[in-house]
Amino acid sequence: MKLALVADLHANREAVGAVLAHAAAQGAERHVFLGDYVGYGADPAWVVDRVRELVGHGAVAVLGNHDAAVVEGPQPSMVADARVVVEWTRSRLDREQLAFLAGLPIMQSDGDALFVHANAWAPREWAYLVGRSEAMRSLLATERRFTFCGHVHVPMLYHLSSTGKAGDFAPVSGVAIPLSSHRRWLAIPGSAGQPRDGDPAACYALFDSAKHVLTFFRVPYDHDRAAAKVKAANLPQALAQRLGGGR
Amino acid sequence: MDVEASVAPASLEVGQVVDGFRLDAVAHRGGMATLWHVTRTVPLEADPPLLMKVPRVRGGDDPAAIVGFEVEQMIMPTLAGPHVPRFIAKGDFTRVPYIVMERIDGPSLRERFDAAPLAIDEVARIGAKVATALHDLHRQRVVHLDVKPSNVVFRRGDDGSEGDAVLIDFGLSHHDLLPDLLEEEFDLPMGTSPYMSPEQVRFVRNDPRSDLFSTGVMLYHLATGARPFGMPSSVHGLRRRLYRDPVAPRTLRPDCPPWLQEIVLRCLEVRPERRYQSASQLAFDLLHPDQVALTARATRSGSGSTVRTMKRWLASLAERDELPGGVAGASARSPIVLVAVDVAGAEPGLLESVREAALRLLKSEPGARLACLTVMRINRIGMDDLLEPDGSSRHVKLLVELRHWARPLGRAADLPPGKDAASSRITYHVLEAPDPATAIVDYARRNQVDHIVLGARSSGRLRRHLGSVSARVAAEADCTVTVVRAGDGER
Repeated sequence: MKLALVADLHANREAVGAVLAHAAAQGAERHVFLGDYVGYGADPAWVVDRVRELVGHGAVAVLGNHDAAVVEGPQPSMVADARVVVEWTRSRLDREQLAFLAGLPIMQSDGDALFVHANAWAPREWAYLVGRSEAMRSLLATERRFTFCGHVHVPMLYHLSSTGKAGDFAPVSGVAIPLSSHRRWLAIPGSAGQPRDGDPAACYALFDSAKHVLTFFRVPYDHDRAAAKVKAANLPQALAQRLGGGR
Repeated sequence: MDVEASVAPASLEVGQVVDGFRLDAVAHRGGMATLWHVTRTVPLEADPPLLMKVPRVRGGDDPAAIVGFEVEQMIMPTLAGPHVPRFIAKGDFTRVPYIVMERIDGPSLRERFDAAPLAIDEVARIGAKVATALHDLHRQRVVHLDVKPSNVVFRRGDDGSEGDAVLIDFGLSHHDLLPDLLEEEFDLPMGTSPYMSPEQVRFVRNDPRSDLFSTGVMLYHLATGARPFGMPSSVHGLRRRLYRDPVAPRTLRPDCPPWLQEIVLRCLEVRPERRYQSASQLAFDLLHPDQVALTARATRSGSGSTVRTMKRWLASLAERDELPGGVAGASARSPIVLVAVDVAGAEPGLLESVREAALRLLKSEPGARLACLTVMRINRIGMDDLLEPDGSSRHVKLLVELRHWARPLGRAADLPPGKDAASSRITYHVLEAPDPATAIVDYARRNQVDHIVLGARSSGRLRRHLGSVSARVAAEADCTVTVVRAGDGER
């Protein structure tokens, strides 16, 4: 089964549309959404509807911190920009869309694989997985051989050997990586809706769950249009500007 | 009977069937793995003779065996071409770990080392074959990192002759686009001590020039019968190669020609940027001994000055290696450019345009090597030419004209100043052949040329009469081809 792994969609309709079309052309048979459907972008309702529709067809979707904030109201710890976006997003979603987000699981597993937004050791606390030691902590917190998560907007592949050594790898788009069954793997496909590694192209990954082959992809999309919508919605201007630079 | 899950590899027996492969006989039992002759229970017509490699992975074993096998399972399926064994299948660690691959029937290079020192032309021939194989591997973005005699085997030609070199055992290799599973695993330098490059001693795993160092160690051994750095058994002993020059080959073997000493010592330079920059450039020099640009290396004797050794020892304590651009990048930055010109027949305007094009390439590619080539047409039946009284003088005359034509290129190639290899960036070749297009394409293929530059005749009448060499080269060559036309004024 070929799984399309899509994380941090952030209400970016143009990016999500391009990623879903690319995944379909690559033969994706099932979708796994790793959280943060809303926040930052101008099309929260469209993105939530699209994810909800695919969940109806067997897709997996887990809860992200932005989704939780929109459901529960902004947290006191949030910066001003984020607070504004959360309030705006709430006003754009209807009762059903909010109920869909509220009902999302925090973690889900399927066979060898675990799907979670932030990490496996304390998924509800939203700690960022920024290096090998956090990756190791997460990999040791689950029995599953493969962990897929989002939250960090930069694509990355971590691995843990049978001798307890962790390694990391910055993946190259379009290169199929065989995941050895003799170690554990943690993959962050990168953000579809707001990439932050200097490349504006949308991120996602394709996992062949039978052959254990993982391929990261970068998909170019019309980020100018997405940015124009953010501006038109009177959301914080920095959120529009960062899309073109991938920051 | 088919093997059930989690059967320990050690219990495999003759006649057993694993995933449709029948184990026929043990081919080799090594420290890290056992090799089996296998055949498919349902034979496939396209299959070569098959070998199954099964690692020794039992409790408490050296983790290097396991990780090395993981690495090989990851990298082998990505490789193709005549210089690696064809990958057939692999088995999962959760059941029976194995790799099934093509069995190469020819002899191992290991056998030749018992006869060292070898004849000089044989050393060069073997070296060129190994370098050609390495270039093909580097082009596929893989550094081997364990180049040694037992990891080179030769295909057997149809007539039983020695064919292409094939590299085996990718357990220590690095693939530029895949995770490096070995990077973090071990605290000791990885490799085989006599052959390990200075960067490998310092844990750098992504420099293709490391393989050229190891090739230099093999060439040294084949030429002199001795190893340049002995067989150190400690990290301290290994680190000695970071600052101590080996004894010059000519000191051990007085009849070793200066060009071979130049090549070997250049491969063994401590700093990768002072070695050949790509395996194809090494192969090129080994195939054209008369074109090797000699430096002080060629005539050095003994093992270098004490002051130099001390300085380098101090430097070795602090140095780090950097390799921007990765594996294939380094080879791509050091291309071999072939400029084919009809110095005797082409119009002056076209000759000038071709030279201009070559000049631009040299300036934009500071690491490029330029091979200037002209074809001397001979009749298909070679007898006439052997008898032709002025055949050799025609050859020399063309070479003189070619060098004259290329003079401005030589001046440009000497930029940037101070590089000791600058003068060796241009070589000159007159080929004698009945058909220029075929000769150019064959030459480019044999020498791993990356880019061919040649002129197109502007006169339709001549082109109709002689056929278009450039069109055929563009159609038949394996590499990039630039076809140059004379400037507007000439048409």
